[in-house]
Amino acid sequence: MEKLIELRDITFGYGTEPVIEKANLEIFKKDFIGMIGPNGGGKSTLIRIILGLLEPWKGIVSVPASVNIGYLPQYQNFDNRFPISVEEVVLSGLLKKGKLTSRVTRDDKLKAREVLEKVGMLTFSRRSIGELSGGQMQRVFIGRALISDPDLLILDEPVTYVDNRFEHELYELLEAINQETAILLVSHDVGQILSSVKTIACVNHYLHYHPDNQLTEQILESYNCPIDLITHGHVPHRVLHTHPS
Amino acid sequence: MIAQFLSYTFIQNALLASLIGAITAGIIGTYVVSRRMVFITGGITHASFGGLGLGFFLGINPLAGAAVFGLISGLGVEYLSKYQKIREDSVIAMIWSLGMAVGIIFISLAPGYAPNLMSYLFGNILSVSRSDLVVMSGLMVLVLAIFIPFFRLIQYITFDEDFARTSRAPVSLFKYILAGLVALTAVVYIRVAGIILVLSLLTIPQNTALIFSNNLKRIIFLSIGIGFAGSLTGLILSYTLNIPSGAAIIFSLVLIYLLASGVKSVIRTRERKTRPG
Repeated sequence: MEKLIELRDITFGYGTEPVIEKANLEIFKKDFIGMIGPNGGGKSTLIRIILGLLEPWKGIVSVPASVNIGYLPQYQNFDNRFPISVEEVVLSGLLKKGKLTSRVTRDDKLKAREVLEKVGMLTFSRRSIGELSGGQMQRVFIGRALISDPDLLILDEPVTYVDNRFEHELYELLEAINQETAILLVSHDVGQILSSVKTIACVNHYLHYHPDNQLTEQILESYNCPIDLITHGHVPHRVLHTHPS
Repeated sequence: MIAQFLSYTFIQNALLASLIGAITAGIIGTYVVSRRMVFITGGITHASFGGLGLGFFLGINPLAGAAVFGLISGLGVEYLSKYQKIREDSVIAMIWSLGMAVGIIFISLAPGYAPNLMSYLFGNILSVSRSDLVVMSGLMVLVLAIFIPFFRLIQYITFDEDFARTSRAPVSLFKYILAGLVALTAVVYIRVAGIILVLSLLTIPQNTALIFSNNLKRIIFLSIGIGFAGSLTGLILSYTLNIPSGAAIIFSLVLIYLLASGVKSVIRTRERKTRPG
């Protein structure tokens, strides 16, 4: 298997105390990793380290320049009233170093149409991003992450704002994408992601990698990894108690 | 009367300054408004008053001093904004008032009387000289040279900085370049609108344009048009009523804004009537 990225002994914090300690993670081609853990456990921090938005205190992040990462942030991070159309948001996913001055080509536009169709937002392409509902915005941002045909797709809490139907569609879409692309799916909600992912990384100050998707209460406890179980419909679930930190 | 109006060199200079200013402020103001850095820009402009005072004190061109102070505070705020621990708005307020304080101290220490103080605070487009026009044109060319080729990059950085960074785009470099351009624009147009009023040149046309469009490129073109129309109206008001030109221009721009929002609400009411429900 071809290795895409590697984190070795990553330690990072915002103040004086580390949020993440000695985290190790390797992502290979065609991986589908579910990253779970409680809010504040360091999931998003680790993602931002992988993306190069944060420098770790210690440890090595190796992301070769040839590896193209598509990224879906948690959408509250941007200005919803910014004057930009849905199509332009998706096209912004083609931004690359060295192609900074490039004009939008006919191929780019076709590609944007294709991606918008895939996420079910084609009829909204001329709309301004601020006019959309939370779920519709999320679809558009998934489109932006997909348009560059990434080697690795990182989704940070992708189903927070979407409706049930799209949630289901999203998981189908991700399984299709996973034929070609590695996926790192971050969620504080383990119930929904277990059926799709192949392996699990549990992040709660430390990172524990679990090489299959069978999680038992014992495993979660031994990882000291309390998680929220929120889901919809008739899904059998258990509520795990939280551990003292 | 129009022929006479146009025959004065100072009127010709003012018209040219209006046009060049509308283009520069239309572009830079759209960046300022869409990145929500209006308050920062206010801080930069007022901080530059410190440089102006220093210029008077040293007997050099006050606007050169203002440009240096403007650039330092603009790039400084951009640099500090990287650190989340800092309360950005408080830092800006400090720079804002510190600049004004330093300016007034230097002016009071300067030998003799500072005759143009009012024109630096409120601007006077009718006193724009040929050399001012050269500086303004230079800045306009610089702004165009950055915005035309890199428009999409600037748009994406402004919209979602983190995402642009993950695409390995030179985000920080561009933020500094743009902060520098914002500072220079604010300082250069102190001549036209003054320290106190220059912010409105960078924000009122854009907010008027936002009433009609949500497309960044169109907002720039509309802002240029609105800015030029406002300057012309203000110039005519200033000439005929003999009132300060800076104030007349701002007044005209606000008038256009109010007219535009009136027109928009009429259109909206009509649309609602024709499409019930």
